Amino acid sequence: MKLIKTLSVFVITLVMSAFTVSTPASGGYEVGDIATDFKLKNIDGKMVSLADYKDAKGYIVIFTCNTCPYAVQYEDRIIALDKKYADKGFPVVAIMPNNPVVQPGDSQDAMKARAASKGFTFPYLFDDGQKIYPQYGATKTPHVYLLEKTKKGNVVRYIGAIDDNYKDAEAVNTKYVEEAVDALMNGKEIKETKTRAIGCTIKV
Amino acid sequence: MKNILSLFVLLLVVSCKIDQKTETAQTDEVKIETYTADDIKLEIHNFNGLEPYLNKNDDKTYVVNFWATWCAPCVKELPHFEELNKNYKDKNVEVMLVSLDFPNQYDKKLKPFIKKHNLQSKILVLDDVDQNTWIPKINEDWDGAIPVTIIYNKNKREFYDRTFSYEELETELKQFLN
Repeated sequence: MKLIKTLSVFVITLVMSAFTVSTPASGGYEVGDIATDFKLKNIDGKMVSLADYKDAKGYIVIFTCNTCPYAVQYEDRIIALDKKYADKGFPVVAIMPNNPVVQPGDSQDAMKARAASKGFTFPYLFDDGQKIYPQYGATKTPHVYLLEKTKKGNVVRYIGAIDDNYKDAEAVNTKYVEEAVDALMNGKEIKETKTRAIGCTIKV
Repeated sequence: MKNILSLFVLLLVVSCKIDQKTETAQTDEVKIETYTADDIKLEIHNFNGLEPYLNKNDDKTYVVNFWATWCAPCVKELPHFEELNKNYKDKNVEVMLVSLDFPNQYDKKLKPFIKKHNLQSKILVLDDVDQNTWIPKINEDWDGAIPVTIIYNKNKREFYDRTFSYEELETELKQFLN
């Protein structure tokens, strides 16, 4: 009996390790986890927290930046998401996770300039000290975390890409984030809760 | 006792199978386009077209690096792959550099980069927007940040979600060469 126990622990460990090889962001959130709030500096100098949004039903948290071509490719679509969903209780909150010393194009001045020229309608926060993105488990830009505000906290409902065609917004087949927010608003199950896309590594 | 044991063995086999799925998946090669301008010729594929290059079953060992000119850590480690290619191409090793540059950057960025750095390794270009489908086919654990590298031969395959120095890369390659 003891042998079986030992053996089962061994095998279970082995099986689990087979599924978790080389995931550096294993500390990050999975769908269903409660996401941390934060207090990060916006481009206007004011500090922003998720808790500031009293009427929000959830948040479209997007780790993004100025310098990644994929992030740039999605800028207009991020603005469109905020315009579509902020009034419905799901505002976009953008967080720039890169170290600006390594990536000067993502300095706070550059962030301000970019937000002004594109007309960002949402906060564009600086993850000063890079404390927040590792907790979420973001590995790249752009990287979306859709949160639902509940009594237990902000629950992660979707992780991944904005849609399935970075090249051409007109040719998109599935708008992952929109479908997820729509499902949440209608009390339906989210079809795809995790998607993958190419992106730029976060610069540390 | 015997039943429990066989259940565990079965569980093990099943879990390994999942990992191997990517290795055996084979589809017909679909060449989208062959692009020529200046004197640089790009070989552009969608994922179906690329897949055979990730699953060759001959006696060579293949080092496949996914990169792009816009990816700073990729550009930084690229010389190590070039050096590896130079030092090992006569030793049954082939280095393939799979560019993920945007199609509208092929002429502006990618070709000038290849020319400027006089890249000698085989360059492939992957143009396939359905990333959520093909990324997990390359590796179930990969979420899409580059660079990543695959080293494989007919006996063994490893996926590396990391960057390399030349020494580190050579050390990994040697694990495949015996």
